[in-house]
Amino acid sequence: MSTATATATSQPAPSVLARLRRWFANPWGKPRFLPLFTALYLVWSIVPILIAIRFSFNAGRSRSTSQGWSLRWYWSDPDLSVWNDPDLRSALFQSLRLAAIAVLITVPLGVALALGLTRWRGRGAGTSRFVSLVPLVTPEIVMGVALFLVFVNLLTFIPLGTTAQAIGHITFSLSFVLIIVRARLVSIGPEYEEAAQDLGASPRQAIRMALLPMLTPAIVASAIIVFAISMDDFVVSAFLSSGSTTDTVPVRIYSTGRTAPTPALNALASVTLALTLVIAAVAFVVWRIVRARRGAGGSTLQDFAQIDAGPS
Amino acid sequence: MPDAERPVKRRHERFWASLALPGVAWLAIFFVLPFYVIVAVSLGTVDPILQQPQPAWNPIDWNWGAYQFVFDGLFTGDKPFGHVFLRTFVYVAISVVLSLLIAYPVAYYVARHGGRWKGLLLAGLIAPFFISYLMRMLAWINLLQDDGWVNRVLVWAGILDAPRHWLDGRASSVIFGMVYGYVPFMILPLYAFLDRIDKSLLEAARDLGASRYQAFRMVTLPLSMPAILTGCVIIALPMFGDYYTPDLLSGSPRTSLIGNQINLYIHGSQIPVGAALVVVLMLVLSVLLAYYVVVTARVQRRTRE
Repeated sequence: MSTATATATSQPAPSVLARLRRWFANPWGKPRFLPLFTALYLVWSIVPILIAIRFSFNAGRSRSTSQGWSLRWYWSDPDLSVWNDPDLRSALFQSLRLAAIAVLITVPLGVALALGLTRWRGRGAGTSRFVSLVPLVTPEIVMGVALFLVFVNLLTFIPLGTTAQAIGHITFSLSFVLIIVRARLVSIGPEYEEAAQDLGASPRQAIRMALLPMLTPAIVASAIIVFAISMDDFVVSAFLSSGSTTDTVPVRIYSTGRTAPTPALNALASVTLALTLVIAAVAFVVWRIVRARRGAGGSTLQDFAQIDAGPS
Repeated sequence: MPDAERPVKRRHERFWASLALPGVAWLAIFFVLPFYVIVAVSLGTVDPILQQPQPAWNPIDWNWGAYQFVFDGLFTGDKPFGHVFLRTFVYVAISVVLSLLIAYPVAYYVARHGGRWKGLLLAGLIAPFFISYLMRMLAWINLLQDDGWVNRVLVWAGILDAPRHWLDGRASSVIFGMVYGYVPFMILPLYAFLDRIDKSLLEAARDLGASRYQAFRMVTLPLSMPAILTGCVIIALPMFGDYYTPDLLSGSPRTSLIGNQINLYIHGSQIPVGAALVVVLMLVLSVLLAYYVVVTARVQRRTRE
């Protein structure tokens, strides 16, 4: 940079362009292009959503012309509003139902899987670890087609619809729980359950009394993630849907997004977004409280463990 | 280890395995088994009356008709599948490059210069994860309609003379939608990596006389190559299976991708062809993934040296 200043002072009258270039390339100044670019990106990414939400409150039928404000598309319209159109209303409940089932089943299943795969060293452990990470790199269409063909051709006792969709959601969200909980388990290390077992606890007791309290933040975090990806899912829900009664919100948006243009669809999407955000926010607050209560103790203990473990 | 401890150890081993068992069994039934079902269906036939697929569970019954159909479509005659595959590769390549050009500067700025705004900026980067992809496409359907805001702004600004039909089978709209849809998934891994880069390396470069741009080009950029590659793979994989973005933002056969063909055949009468397309797509993607694994392993080895 000293060279840059030297050349600049040796030039008697730099042109406007050169001065602009130097201002832009000044190594000691703050970057000027990046904040503008980032701000533009954020506007581009969020403003379309805000516009879509605004038109869900439109009094008229248009989704691009402001026609006043109303709650017509939420519940006052007797036929077409989210609350009164049976297809829209059932889509909302189907999304929530599937997300609730997915969280309730995937989280315990995934936590047990993470505990088992992290500590289990015997035959089959390597293969199991590999198989449980493959869903993360499998495109959803592959998983959707695969499960669709399974339920139609092989496991025919499971009908398409809510059960099949729930199984699909659990299958693709299991790996997310696994990696979140596993990361926490690896950072905790095996010392605690070993200490508990040295003190006479069975592995079961060691998990319940030593590991689970320390894992609570990771468990809550994975519940939020499972909820969010289940609400977001389109492909698996669409392939495993048995008809309009089991269509979720994204499936409804896909099937009527281009053909039946009323702001009720925007209203449906806005309600879903609001519910997702509220539920995620509540879970986040719980997570903060839990972490403040447990995490502090846990991390001090962990520091001790690291000192104890020494350079090994 | 004393002999007395061994059975205890083995018992514990069995305990951990039994904890993993439900999850592993779940994945075996609902993830591994379905892959065999896809293969069996793709090598099976269709019942001529009921139009139901007849999977060939036994290798003796394998029928390669569906693959013959796919390969004919890929390489002979009008090459309908050949065009679709080529189009998918081109769309994905352009979308990934554009996404990278957007994602890298944003992730870099927030990670390095976020300052006291970092929390807020991060919230803005994470927000799209809680908004359904389909809702984000719906927002753009609203904006890109013939009387939508995009046309109005462009006509008002004098860039267009008349409103343009953006949703009428335009490659640009589909690519735009894919970039808009997937860019957040690239920003986060890039951010997580750039946030962890050791600042003392950059200070060293600057102390040795490198300008801000030289330090970036010679230190930050090479260091972030693995993260860039990871970000590209993370968004390329779902893009290869995408059919909803073209359906929503174009709906025309002119922008049909591999995903659209799979969707059509699986819901049509030639289900084995759909299954065969899935198998071909998986093979193509596993080649890409293998390449990714080899390259990242090489980069990691080089940085360790």
